[in-house]
This record gives sequence, C-alpha cells and structure tokens, in this order.
Amino acid sequence: MELNKKPTRDGFGEGLVVLGEKYSNVVVLSADLTDSTRANWFREKFPDRFISMGIAEQDAVGTAAGLALCGKIPIFATFSIFASGRAWEQVRTTICYSNLNVKIGGSHSGISVGADGPTHQALEEIALMRVIPRMTVICPADYVETKKATIASVESCDGPCYIRFGRAAVPVLTREDDPFIIGKANELRSGDDITIIACGAMTYEALKAARTLEEKGVEARVLNLHTIKPIDTEQIIKAAKETGAILTVEEHQLMGGMGSAVAEVVVRNCPVPMDFIGINDVFGESGSPDKLMEFFGLTANNIVDKALGLLKLKG
Amino acid sequence: MNKISSIKDLEEKANLIRLSIIDMLNKAGSGHPGGSLSIADIIAVLYFNEMNHDPSRPHWENRDRMILSKGHACPALYAALAESGYFEKSELATLRRMGSRLQGHPGRDKKLPGIEVSTGSLGHGLSIANGVAIAGKMDKADFRVYCIMGDGEIEEGQIWEAAMTAPHYKLDNLCAIVDNNDLQIDGHVSEVMNPYPIDSKFESFGWNVININGHDIEAILNAFADAKKVTGKPTVIVAKTIKGKGVSFMENEACWHGKAPSGELTECAVDELKACLED
Repeated sequence: MELNKKPTRDGFGEGLVVLGEKYSNVVVLSADLTDSTRANWFREKFPDRFISMGIAEQDAVGTAAGLALCGKIPIFATFSIFASGRAWEQVRTTICYSNLNVKIGGSHSGISVGADGPTHQALEEIALMRVIPRMTVICPADYVETKKATIASVESCDGPCYIRFGRAAVPVLTREDDPFIIGKANELRSGDDITIIACGAMTYEALKAARTLEEKGVEARVLNLHTIKPIDTEQIIKAAKETGAILTVEEHQLMGGMGSAVAEVVVRNCPVPMDFIGINDVFGESGSPDKLMEFFGLTANNIVDKALGLLKLKG
Repeated sequence: MNKISSIKDLEEKANLIRLSIIDMLNKAGSGHPGGSLSIADIIAVLYFNEMNHDPSRPHWENRDRMILSKGHACPALYAALAESGYFEKSELATLRRMGSRLQGHPGRDKKLPGIEVSTGSLGHGLSIANGVAIAGKMDKADFRVYCIMGDGEIEEGQIWEAAMTAPHYKLDNLCAIVDNNDLQIDGHVSEVMNPYPIDSKFESFGWNVININGHDIEAILNAFADAKKVTGKPTVIVAKTIKGKGVSFMENEACWHGKAPSGELTECAVDELKACLED
C-alpha cells in the first residue's frame, strides 16, 4: 500500500486560497511563520486580506477577535504549540467566551516536527482546545482531508474552530470525493473483532496495522476520527457494541487527548475493553520524524501488538 | 444619539453614572467601585458626546465601538448604557446575579445591548480594538474605536504587543485611553510593577500621546477632538484620574478596588454624590 506523500500543511494552504476566492470576508493572520504554515499562498493571492502580526500570538488572537466582531472570518495560522499554548487564555476568553467566528490553523503538531525538538513539538493541543466550551477541534488525516477541513471550518462551522495538522509529508489515503462532515467519523475499513480509532498522521499507521492483523486472522475496523469535538458518539458506541474492543491511536499526549475523548463516550454508554496509543507523559526530542515515531511507539507494529493484547481482554 | 455639548450637563451625566455604580454595587454586594468611579467622566463624555452610536440599533454597522479592556469597571459602562437607553435602568439592579445579562465582567454571549465583546481578563482589549480598527480600514468605514485600559493593566505583555501593532497599521481610527488612577489591588502601581513613564513608552512605540486630567470634562472633550485630527497613527490619552473619584472615603484607597459599599457607607456615598449633583 504505497501511497503518494504530501504534507498536511499544503492542504491548509490550498484550503485558504479556495476560501479567499469564494469569500471576500475571509482574512488570514500570521505570526511570522507564513511560509511554514503555507499561509504565504493566501498572501500571494490576497495581499490586502493578509495581516502580518509579527511574533505575537496573544495579540494575533485578540486582533482576530476584533476582525470577527466586524463580520470578517479570520483564520490565524501559526505553529500549533504557540496557537494553542502561548495564546490559550486569549483563545478561551476572547474567542470562545465571546463566541466569535475565528478559525485557528495549528501547523507543525506532534513529534513528527522532527529535528526542531520538544519546544516546537506540540503534543497537548487536542486536550487544550477540546476543554474549551464552543470550540470545534479537527485533526485531519492527510493532505486532502486538511484541505477539506480548512474549507469546512468556514462553510460548516459558525464559531471557533481549531485545525491541527503537521509538517511532514504523510501518505494521502483519502480521496477528493470522500465525504467530510465535521463531527462524523469516516469508517475506512470494516471489521468486527476490534476497532482502531485514529486521527491525524496515525490514521495511515492504523490502516497498515489492520492489514497485518488481517493476516493474523483479526478483522479490525478502522475509524478516522478527524473531528475530536464535537465527537461522533453514535459511531463510537456502534463500534463498541459491534466489535467489543477499542484501541485509540494519536500523535498526542495520552492524557486528555483523542483517546480520552473516546473513553469518555465509551465509559458512559457502552463500556468495553480499551487501550490507548500516544505519547505517555513525556516530552519529545530532536530526530528524524520516522525514527522518533518508532522511538515513541507510534508505528503500525506498535498498533498490532497493542491490538493483540487488547483482544485477550475481550469477554 | 443626540450629543450633549454642555460641560455642566456632561458633569451631571458623570454624576448619575457614579450614583448608579454605588447603587448597583450595594445591591450586588460585590464588585469594583474604585476603577469604575475613576472612569465615570471619560465614559460620560464618550457615550453622551464623543461616540456616534444609536441605542435603538446596537448592531448598527457604522457605530463607533468602545472596548472596555479593564472589564472590571463594567458598572460604569452598564450605567452609561442604561442612561443612554440601551436597556431599562431597572435591569442595573440585577448586576452579578444568576441569570443576569449584567455579568461581573462583560459577557458578550449574554447579549446585553451595547456590549461589544467579553472582557475582564486584563490585557486583551487593545488587541481586540486593533482588530476592529483594521476591519474598519479594510472596509473604508468611518467609525472610530475606543479602548479603555487600566494603568495596572498595562503591566500585561499583550498590551505592548498590541501597542506595537496599532502604529504598524497606522490605526488613526483608534483612540486608546489609559485610566491612570495610580492604584492596583496590591497598592501603588509604581510599587507593584512600575509602568511609568506611560506617555513616553507609548510615544516610543509610535503613538500620538495626549496627557490630561481625566476628571476635567473640557480636557476630555478636547483630547478626543485632537485625537481625531491626527492621521497616520493611533492616539492614546493618558488620563490622570483618582481611584474612587467622587466618594471621599474611597478616593485614592486601593482597598476600594474590589469591594462593595454597604449600609451606612452607601448612604454617605449617595449623599455626597447627590450633593454634588445639586451644586
């Protein structure tokens, strides 16, 4: 299953251009990382609607709020750690408490940022963003889905929205004509023995793991949970009931992340054995993305091992 | 909204706002009198003379906007909005109660007419005002944006990020006001974390700076008029004020930052303000 690889941030940049062409009130704010986030593609086409904020994320979030108050649809692009962490309270109080139509594109998330190391490897944003009332949180699987998510954040979401994506090129596993609905998980593979729920770049690893499991006689369902909030309760409950075991996989801290969000649904509605793959309460480090993913246990092989272990717990 | 130009009448409005503040806080049993009273004159000039606004159309696109960055002083704003006719004055009595549109700090989602945005977490407001001003420039709209900050508030780093942004984008449609009452919760601003000199800091960031006595109605009127004449850069009015202004036992006392008067003290305050009104 060798697929073309493309960075998710490219999808974000292309999505911005599509939005710029369709909506004259879409404006983009950037905190100096304009080429890195691909916001430069919007700047080239719509220089009058591009606002350079300098290295000042808190001010950028506040400025976005002011623009939204006047009917603009601001999209703030920067590295995920600064958008979600540095400006967290501005996002919470000014954007979400005021219920403003501001979108935030957080690029360079996860350890796959690579050589820049832990200061720049955001592993906490799903937790930080989903805990805020009114916030929608999307973590798309690949380039195509990031483009769709960016467009949908404006067209199908009338309030605050956070989109988390990465730096590295990752396999393009979804197609242009696949549906993308905020809040609706996509079933990528059917199966009744166990469900693997993944988001972001880990979705591809989950699919690879499912193929290996198939060779071992295990039929794994794979759900692409691109929207973490609002979460697709219906599909998660269905998966719990039909497969009896759930393994979540994310390039994020285990505490408070996507797996925690899934567990909140499972525990309340249909408790079944669960396990989690993610970063286990440690910081990342410098290295090549592939080696880091291996070191931190975020590969298809790790998923296979955990899935087999989890199956033993099934009643 | 009809503009009041008589200084005496504007002073009377400021006094009515002060009376409302005391009454509201007394009923609520908590709140921030000191910093509300210190901005009463500025708020009175903004809402009854300076700003183009229409209480019957709170969402009128071309209205001037006021962002109360020091959100804890919202009793002054609520009083001015009620006095302008945005809502019934009787609603002021609900301040800080469960279910009230008058939250302890302004909450946009409660949809109180005249409240532009949620504020109260200090340091946020100037950035928001910049965003509004940038939108105004983009749309070639002629509304103006006002933003009231506290002198303690400008200890927040975000204020200086925003202070860099406004001149960068030549936001001459923005007029910021620093309520320089010299006190914050822990004491004198110069002792807690010295923000001085305020004027030359802003000046060095590229602002047009006007120093005034923030209780002198004529000076406030002139400052706003002068600010409008400046092109190519934003204006900040550094208004020297007295925390608790108008209520003698509260004046220049940091302890009246965040507690409400009750019983006899309320009566004293009301008597003093009413006497002022009758003069």
